[in-house]
Amino acid sequence: MVGILEDKDRIFTNLYGFQDWTLDGAKKRGAWNATKDMLDLGRDWIINNVKASGLRGRGGAGFSTGLKWSFMPKEVKDRPHYLVVNADESEPGTCKDREIMRHDPQLLIEGCLIASFAMQAHACYIYLRGEYVLERERMEAAVKQAYEAKLIGKDNVHGWDFDVYIHHGAGAYICGEETALLESLEGKKGQPRLKPPFPAGAGLYGCPTTVNNVESIAVVGTILRRGAGWFAGFGRPNNTGTKLMAISGHVNAPCVVEEAMSIPLRQLLEEHCGGVRGGWDNLKAIIPGGSSVPLITREMSETALMDFDSLREMRSGLGTAAVIVMDNSTDLVKAIARISYFYKHESCGQCTPCREGTGWMWRVLERMAVGEADPSEIDLLLDVAGQVEGHTICALGDAAAWPVQGLIRHFRHEIEERIANYRSRRANFAGHAIAAE
Amino acid sequence: MSVRRLAKEQPASFAFSKDTKAKAEWWIKKYPENRRQSAVIPILWLVQKQEGWVSEPAIRAIGELLGMPFIRVLEVATFYTMFMLEPVGKTALIQVCGTTPCMLRGANELMKVCKEKIGPKDHLSADGRFTWQEVECLGACSNAPMAQINDYYFEDLTPETIGQIIDDFAAGKTPKPGSYQGRATSEPAGGAKTLLDPKLYDGSAAKPIKKLPNSDPAPVEKAPA
Repeated sequence: MVGILEDKDRIFTNLYGFQDWTLDGAKKRGAWNATKDMLDLGRDWIINNVKASGLRGRGGAGFSTGLKWSFMPKEVKDRPHYLVVNADESEPGTCKDREIMRHDPQLLIEGCLIASFAMQAHACYIYLRGEYVLERERMEAAVKQAYEAKLIGKDNVHGWDFDVYIHHGAGAYICGEETALLESLEGKKGQPRLKPPFPAGAGLYGCPTTVNNVESIAVVGTILRRGAGWFAGFGRPNNTGTKLMAISGHVNAPCVVEEAMSIPLRQLLEEHCGGVRGGWDNLKAIIPGGSSVPLITREMSETALMDFDSLREMRSGLGTAAVIVMDNSTDLVKAIARISYFYKHESCGQCTPCREGTGWMWRVLERMAVGEADPSEIDLLLDVAGQVEGHTICALGDAAAWPVQGLIRHFRHEIEERIANYRSRRANFAGHAIAAE
Repeated sequence: MSVRRLAKEQPASFAFSKDTKAKAEWWIKKYPENRRQSAVIPILWLVQKQEGWVSEPAIRAIGELLGMPFIRVLEVATFYTMFMLEPVGKTALIQVCGTTPCMLRGANELMKVCKEKIGPKDHLSADGRFTWQEVECLGACSNAPMAQINDYYFEDLTPETIGQIIDDFAAGKTPKPGSYQGRATSEPAGGAKTLLDPKLYDGSAAKPIKKLPNSDPAPVEKAPA
């Protein structure tokens, strides 16, 4: 056996698409089994069990899913309630929701019904990123099959009128931020809203709304079928459950795999991905949770567990569990500069620190990558990153600052060497700083 | 932020095709009656499918269809980078992912091939058939490096395979999307190491569940004696 999780405990049994993705195939694998019974047990039962399972949001922030649901108004008043599923998977390194949507779409639709019932929503929008054309076609087909089988829709077999609509974006990373996603769904530019009001109070069209990640919703049916205790039995306390992990970069066999939370990072790489290219000692650094989180070094990767708490203690994060592996051949400064370019490109332009800061950080890092910088600029860069972090409406500013901070925290010496090398090749170096612009 | 402007040369007019119009109406129905604006992104996309790019007359026509001020449609068209604001290659629009996970596995080499075969990025090729771009993370990182060509993902590419794909498009063939390393999807190369238990697929998971876990009524706590 590889890894910790056994096949019998996997939720996404068609992760690689070897089986039939259609409704018939999904039902055979257990989807839609006893869904009616779950609804019959009532909203509180659903929410309490999701809380008890310890499920934390799978989109990156890791907030308790059950608790989030309980923030919705208890009574439906003049405004309808909405569930919005965030399928705008764009965090570099992350490619897990895609596998759910193209290979196990019925689990997601079933989860949408259960979650919507628990929050008294009769309509759900699934917001896919625009580039996922195949995934969208698959989701549309799966939704159609669910309607035809009367699993959803008006007067369906579950006794809760419920519509699922597939929506799509058009290539903006920022629309993965929940309020930007709602703006986009309303047909506007995806610029995040100030909070409060939170979406549970005023979200889509000003109505109470909950936004959840695809994976968070798609696991709910199985959790309720097998019991909150079953799910809570994996991983360490506060970090429970199974999780789709996506591994990319310098491993011998990159892949997406469902594993138990808290699996040691090294075990994950060695047993599922054929190990680091050139062996463990050839490892330089790992970004463990998607491009937004600070990188960790080989020494840290040795003991890191793939969960929220372990990685937070290392001043990084689990994020979406998208592991980007970088071996010794990697030019780390360049790799992080490319991430900075990403954030520069994806900043929505609303808040000045982010709009200006992301571009500034990128330009400085590009110079540092060739060594054309002054050593004092390293602290200046750190200072600017600190001024972007926490000073913007949404978390994109933080996400842009953290990788830079992580680089300087662990590999400052590499930038310094680069600058020294550059200067040693130029005998008559003037020694003056070059402006960032 | 990416700064994007409308093309200098614009067509005189735009008309929805019958098919585009029907699909647009289908999208509009997904949203509440007074929220037609929600359909703006899907309809811009339909228009791009029809024309190959998004022109100013098209933006105006969409504004009229949805009862939106033109400037709001223009805002959306320029904000979202999937909308091509000038004509692109009719045979193939090649969007190579250049973000770090793909970069680590050789995206820069793919882009070199594109440059050699097609020309500078973001420009229509001399024959007007190809455009290539470097785009940000496309969300297929475990199959890096990859490119989206027209609508679909071409994964696990090498300079040789992407070269061949471009040649095939040029020769009028339609290369198949998916992995070019023999993988089915995102399982590890060499074959899946998980999900091998046949019991997962024998239908046993579909057997009726008599009683869901934790579904007993909560025990009544005894009053302290």
